[in-house]
Amino acid sequence: MAHYDLHTPVDESQIRKLRVNDTVTLHQTLFGIRDATQIHLFDKGRTTEFDLRGHAVIHTAPNVRKVAPSDAFPAGYQPVCIGTTTSDRMERFTRPLMEQYGVRMIVGKGGLREGSKAAFQDLGGVYLAIIGGTAALETTWIEKIEAVDLDDLNPESLWKFRIKGFGPLLVGMDSHGGSLYDEVKGDTAARRAEVLESLGVPTK
Amino acid sequence: MKLDLDIVEEASKELYIRALKLLPPDVKMGIEKLSASETSPVAQRVLETMRANIRVAEDTENLLCQDTGIPIYNVALGRNVEFDGFELKAAIRKGCERATREHPLRSSVVHPLTRKNNHTSCGIEVPVIHVDFTDENETATIEMVPKGSGSENNSFLKMAVPAEGIDAIKMFVVDCVISAGGKTCPPTIVGVGLGGTSDLSIALAKRAATRALGTACADPEGAALERELSAAVNRLGVGPQGLGGDSTAFAVHIELASTHITMNPIAVNMQCHSARRAKARLTTDGLTYGF
Repeated sequence: MAHYDLHTPVDESQIRKLRVNDTVTLHQTLFGIRDATQIHLFDKGRTTEFDLRGHAVIHTAPNVRKVAPSDAFPAGYQPVCIGTTTSDRMERFTRPLMEQYGVRMIVGKGGLREGSKAAFQDLGGVYLAIIGGTAALETTWIEKIEAVDLDDLNPESLWKFRIKGFGPLLVGMDSHGGSLYDEVKGDTAARRAEVLESLGVPTK
Repeated sequence: MKLDLDIVEEASKELYIRALKLLPPDVKMGIEKLSASETSPVAQRVLETMRANIRVAEDTENLLCQDTGIPIYNVALGRNVEFDGFELKAAIRKGCERATREHPLRSSVVHPLTRKNNHTSCGIEVPVIHVDFTDENETATIEMVPKGSGSENNSFLKMAVPAEGIDAIKMFVVDCVISAGGKTCPPTIVGVGLGGTSDLSIALAKRAATRALGTACADPEGAALERELSAAVNRLGVGPQGLGGDSTAFAVHIELASTHITMNPIAVNMQCHSARRAKARLTTDGLTYGF
């Protein structure tokens, strides 16, 4: 269980070092991405002006206040509350995000499934677990919203955040086939029969 | 008492913002209790982050969670309250819209086919407004629940039959909690609706999921089953955020209704650890806020 401070963008060798249960704190840049963003990128043929190679994306759609663009608010948006959404819904986008855009880290909550695990192994990526529902805290790790693309999808735009010490995040899935979610699922399945038996429910 | 609709509008606005920022004391206590008994070190760290978040939200007067949810308003009107029902619903909608624009809040509400967002938190049939009547004299209460999608996406209905008995209820609840895993942002309040029709059981499950912690089902058989299932789901090992541990649920809550001789409907609706709700009470003495 090691801790890593990663400045984005990162390369494959940095990602390959990470193992489940390690912790990571991100620095510099983080991109925000969501259901509609990815539906438009991968199903509707749209593209982004951002270079996501070696970067981290977070499953999010923030609360923002529209303001006049300035040094503090270059995109014309002031962060209000920025958190994380459930990743599982966006499972099918992990591989194209990595293959087509070179994304290396996905920050989210609740975990991803087999397809993502395989993509992380094949292409060198990780899933970094953040604690869902702790957006007030996460907002303090965001310095500013630097830029925004695909903003007709607001709040599901593609956001570019400048971050300061974003974490610690837990490596929930690594590039070696490790997944904390698989471990918990296996454990839960094993406990099911015992729990049902304690409730007097026959399982056979 | 004549219901002042300007106050209703203002309260509906305030309630949305209050619900998003102030976690009810029973839920805060629930997190403390789970922290005290949790045996997994990873789960302990997750719960500590949740406690830190509550402190930061209070200190910075910020929203607890980014998900502003689907806005739900539960209105309970007592006796001798004079009101125009149509205007009452319009005032609540206006308040909800104003909260979204004036705070501002993320509008999480879209058309189901076009996915268009009006940026008002309002849309067709949304905010959800439920109206009921009570015997409290000259009193109206409005409860606001911003229902987050992570937990709402894990909603389940099983039209079990009488021959499957109570065992079907127990197995269904256990399997729903396993299936939801970390997606619902556990620890959750597992709301279970039993009986009625398909739609009534789902409504009961939501009522159960949004009931204050520490309260019990009014029906003694329901209350006994709540206790049994609350202990059982916390032996499944799902844990906070689905990362393993003892703290899978604050509690299992049950609400029930009578049903048909041929039916045994079971609905499950969950509420995440940020189990947000706020309440306003309007009487002849004025307006007060609570949970």
